[in-house]
Amino acid sequence: MKDLGHVNNPWGDDKVIDACSIFGMMDVSGKTFSGRDIITAIGSMHDRGNGLGGGFAVYGLYPEYADLYAFHVMYLSVSGKTEIESYLNSRFRVVLSEEVPTRRVRAIENPPKVWRYFLEVDRRLCDDDVEEEKYVVDHVMEINASFSDGFVFSSGKNMAVFKGVGYPEDIGEFFCLDSYEGYLWTAHGRFPTNTPGWWGGAHPFNILDWTVVHNGEISSYGINRRYLEQYGYRCTMQTDTEVVAYAMDLLLRRHGLPVEMAARVLAAPLWSRLEHLPAPERELYTSLRQIYGSLLMNGPFTVIVAHQGEMIGLTDRIRLRPLTVGTSGTRLYLSSEESAIRLICPDLENAWIPAGGRPIVGRLGDALPARRSGRSSLSKGENFPLHAQVQGG
Amino acid sequence: MLNETSAEPREQTAGLNAGGMHYRQLNATLRDMVAGGAQRIEIKDVCGQRYIGTNLCAPLAIDLHGTPGNDLGAFMSGPRITVYGNAQDGCGNTMDDGRIVIHGHAGDVTGLSARGGKIFIRDDAGYRAGIHMKEYGARRPVVVIGGTAQDFLGEYMAGGVILLLGVTLEGSRAHDCDFVGTGMHGGAIYLRGTIDHARLGREVGVSDPDENDMLLIRSLVAEYAALFGRDEAELLQGGFVKLYPRWLRPYGNVYAY
Amino acid sequence: MKTYLPPRYIVRRDEDRCIQCLVCENQCSFDVHQYDAGDDRVYARDDRCVACHRCVTFCPTSALGIGEYPLDFRANHNWRREAIEDVLKQAETGGVLLTGMGTDKGHRVYWDHLLLNASQVTNPSIDPLREPMETVTFLGRKPGAAEIDPATGALKTGMPPQVRLGLPVMFSAMSYGAISLNVQESLARAATELGTLWNTGEGGLHPKLRKYGDNTTVQVASGRFGVDAGYLNAGRIVEIKIGQGAKPGIGGHLPGEKVVEDVSRTRMIPMGTDALSPAPQHDIYSIEDLSQLVHALKEATHYTKPISVKIAAVHNSAAIASGMVRAGADIIVLDGLRGATGAAPKIIRDNVGIPIEVALAAVDTRLRQEGIRHLASLVVSGGIRNSGDVAKAIALGADAVNIGTAALVALGCRLCQQCHTGKCAWGICTSDPALTKRINPELGARRLVNLLRGWDHEIQEILGGLGVNAIESLRGNRLHLRGLGLTDMELDTLGVRMAGK
Repeated sequence: MKDLGHVNNPWGDDKVIDACSIFGMMDVSGKTFSGRDIITAIGSMHDRGNGLGGGFAVYGLYPEYADLYAFHVMYLSVSGKTEIESYLNSRFRVVLSEEVPTRRVRAIENPPKVWRYFLEVDRRLCDDDVEEEKYVVDHVMEINASFSDGFVFSSGKNMAVFKGVGYPEDIGEFFCLDSYEGYLWTAHGRFPTNTPGWWGGAHPFNILDWTVVHNGEISSYGINRRYLEQYGYRCTMQTDTEVVAYAMDLLLRRHGLPVEMAARVLAAPLWSRLEHLPAPERELYTSLRQIYGSLLMNGPFTVIVAHQGEMIGLTDRIRLRPLTVGTSGTRLYLSSEESAIRLICPDLENAWIPAGGRPIVGRLGDALPARRSGRSSLSKGENFPLHAQVQGG
Repeated sequence: MLNETSAEPREQTAGLNAGGMHYRQLNATLRDMVAGGAQRIEIKDVCGQRYIGTNLCAPLAIDLHGTPGNDLGAFMSGPRITVYGNAQDGCGNTMDDGRIVIHGHAGDVTGLSARGGKIFIRDDAGYRAGIHMKEYGARRPVVVIGGTAQDFLGEYMAGGVILLLGVTLEGSRAHDCDFVGTGMHGGAIYLRGTIDHARLGREVGVSDPDENDMLLIRSLVAEYAALFGRDEAELLQGGFVKLYPRWLRPYGNVYAY
Repeated sequence: MKTYLPPRYIVRRDEDRCIQCLVCENQCSFDVHQYDAGDDRVYARDDRCVACHRCVTFCPTSALGIGEYPLDFRANHNWRREAIEDVLKQAETGGVLLTGMGTDKGHRVYWDHLLLNASQVTNPSIDPLREPMETVTFLGRKPGAAEIDPATGALKTGMPPQVRLGLPVMFSAMSYGAISLNVQESLARAATELGTLWNTGEGGLHPKLRKYGDNTTVQVASGRFGVDAGYLNAGRIVEIKIGQGAKPGIGGHLPGEKVVEDVSRTRMIPMGTDALSPAPQHDIYSIEDLSQLVHALKEATHYTKPISVKIAAVHNSAAIASGMVRAGADIIVLDGLRGATGAAPKIIRDNVGIPIEVALAAVDTRLRQEGIRHLASLVVSGGIRNSGDVAKAIALGADAVNIGTAALVALGCRLCQQCHTGKCAWGICTSDPALTKRINPELGARRLVNLLRGWDHEIQEILGGLGVNAIESLRGNRLHLRGLGLTDMELDTLGVRMAGK
């Protein structure tokens, strides 16, 4: 826990390289379920991690406080808690504060104190939702960059991240995740290679209600980060994964791109592939890449990105990291390995390996994504609005 | 755990439940069973255990129920593995001899660098199937994929045979994969169905199979049909396309001295 | 006046090998080799030799060698041979010392102190021979964000004009007059075949080369030679030249004797008159004037072409570049200290400006700090020798590079620095028809295409080694660079870490 406050390295190149297991499960009908199964699933991929980081994100777990920002903060010291609570009290209305319940787990050593705060923003300070969210992001960035003895690791509404140093099954046990219910869970088991694990550095990464779990390395991190810094994001977490969260935040929340299109920014279609597309699509993807080339995530990666109501699985465009999709009933599963899905869903109805760079999107209230055998058009079968337009026009 | 059965021809068959078992324990158990003379081993509840079949240098049969983990049959030399389920990544990695039959699909890099043996996949294969397969002397690896494959099929292929039967394709029966055979400098890929030539590596030539090719295709189709209970005649309908390396040394003129 | 200058080079002829074929005499444009019929021998006037190696290359019996003239000056750290010779030249002529090509002084070459990264274990290197590897680059202003119509999914944002480069290397501006038409045609053909651009320089666009317009940058410089509406619309990019690295702040002068008929037609000036390029552009005395000219050119080209502005890398380039972007430049070209020229005062060439590496780092950093980096593409030149330099420039933040010297070397140039004499034995920097015919545009284009194909492949190998498959992922990614043998301040200026850190 010593490095909790070790943040904001101006060079940012002591990014953590991770080889990992990732898992996500969602009930698109909105039915909630406990964390028991996902702990089992991620635990079955134990050998993909090395015990230096595990974590979970869960959506829909605080329905009684659904309109409040749920800040989860880890503390290194009592004075750190005092300082940050004072900061929060002066910037937010703190509706409720409580210690996050934990269990004693033998494998979890020297855990920090973890508290959560349900916060409301004074609307006199912000004209609209966009400004309010900016207000929240700015203060999360400020706390994480300025306070050495505390760290905000979850800041969205009706969602939470639970993470730390340990194997994910132990972290799940530590945070009593079997006692929470959500409709969407993601999980991560981590194998960092070049820095000691620290609690803040475990996955999932979070900003507002966006979370990211990531397997692989983003070799384009240096330029992704420099690009995002131009938009005020401060990369404080010593890892390449947070750029995915910030990129999604920028593209979806601030620039208003549809999810499918944001995925085509992070995993841009190859130029050689664009040549074979109809002109409107070709021009759109060409423009997107011209504008957002610095956000192309290059190198081997699989990510599961989630926010309220949506879970997105995405691999790099030449698919150097694995992802298997499973569906059953109203459940969508995403996993590094198929066996982990089958372990908790023996009667799985469908399992397939999606094409590189194509997002798999689960959305509350929507039909589950279906396997496509053909994919001659980039956007085929992915509820992509432009495609409908191209066909229609 | 060893159970004598009365299967004929008389094989010493053993059963095993792998549920909750770590791969090291499972594979150590398998080695003990082979040392004990087991000729056929049936394993239930396989779930993610890696390296099954590795270091079992005997012509035994292994039946797997469930989802075996990565590197199934890696460096394998001898066993015949049947998977009643899907295989994950790295199936048949650097395989030397033996056979893997998958009643389902396979993940990425199936048959990576295989030098011998056969892999039969009922449905589709993931990325980079048959990558850098090679052949040496009498050893000639074979990967038969009942459905289709994802990108980079037969990448760097230096030898051996890949056969795609396209049974999972709909409509136009066009295989939808890019960069097929990129860097290919040996071996042959046979496709039932069609492929857009723009999606082939520049090292790849296209032709109709000749009579020798058809002999090979027919024997592999027969084996596939028998394994998975398909109609052999139906699988032989519709044309086959042969993809072959245009040069043995595709990069002879890349370098300056 | 008797010259006190000793010969610079000595011609060594192996008389046993020499067959008196006179190829050397015919090839030498500096009249070094002279045949004496009486002796049936070829003699050399060593004092005229410039070490261009034309005779050595073409001697059929390998009878020739060129060496430094064996003359040891008394050891003196301050007064070395070159300093003494320069004084003698001026004492004998009273002139400004003129020279050609880029500086040959030992200013630190930062490329040689930067090292690239590669992936090991944690991410796979990618093999460009078999997997896609994208070096395509688009030059031009980019919007800050894409606005998508939520109903149709169509892009609402208007895209400013973009220029597609097949690889991030273009040819530097070299004007007709400075170089021959055959060299320009070689460049134009090569650029077309490679999907990149060549640059007219300030000497207009010869009618013969108009057909390469889609691969041409047309330059507008202080002399405005050959500039009319047709010219501006003939190219893909219009470039305003403020300065060049070899001679920041200095104008130019194409002597009347070089303004032959074809040059006269292309520059649209009478034959035989001196073509003067003023030091400044006389409609640009300040940044708002630059904005005025940029927008005048946008109007003149119906907003269909990016407007580029080229400056020499000088002390406050970062602030200047920021102003240029705000003035509407879609592309900024920075030309560093080591950039070459057809003619420049030697004292300027060797003493004014800063190396391109530091200027590039400073400009890219500043534009990012100001949040305007996307508004202009950044092209650098002045000392790019190979694909390693290209990759390092891109990692420091460049979108693309220009090469001038490397392209001319590919055509035969040996950097003898006699461009200003008009006697180029390789037929590159001359308008003498007997010499210009030495360049065959078809063969010249082949040499240039070969060179850049090799570089492109090497860049792909570098990208693949880094574990990325698109040039965007290297661009501005200084985490893929480390410095070696640099001070803390130099590392800080370049924005890279020490190797091992």
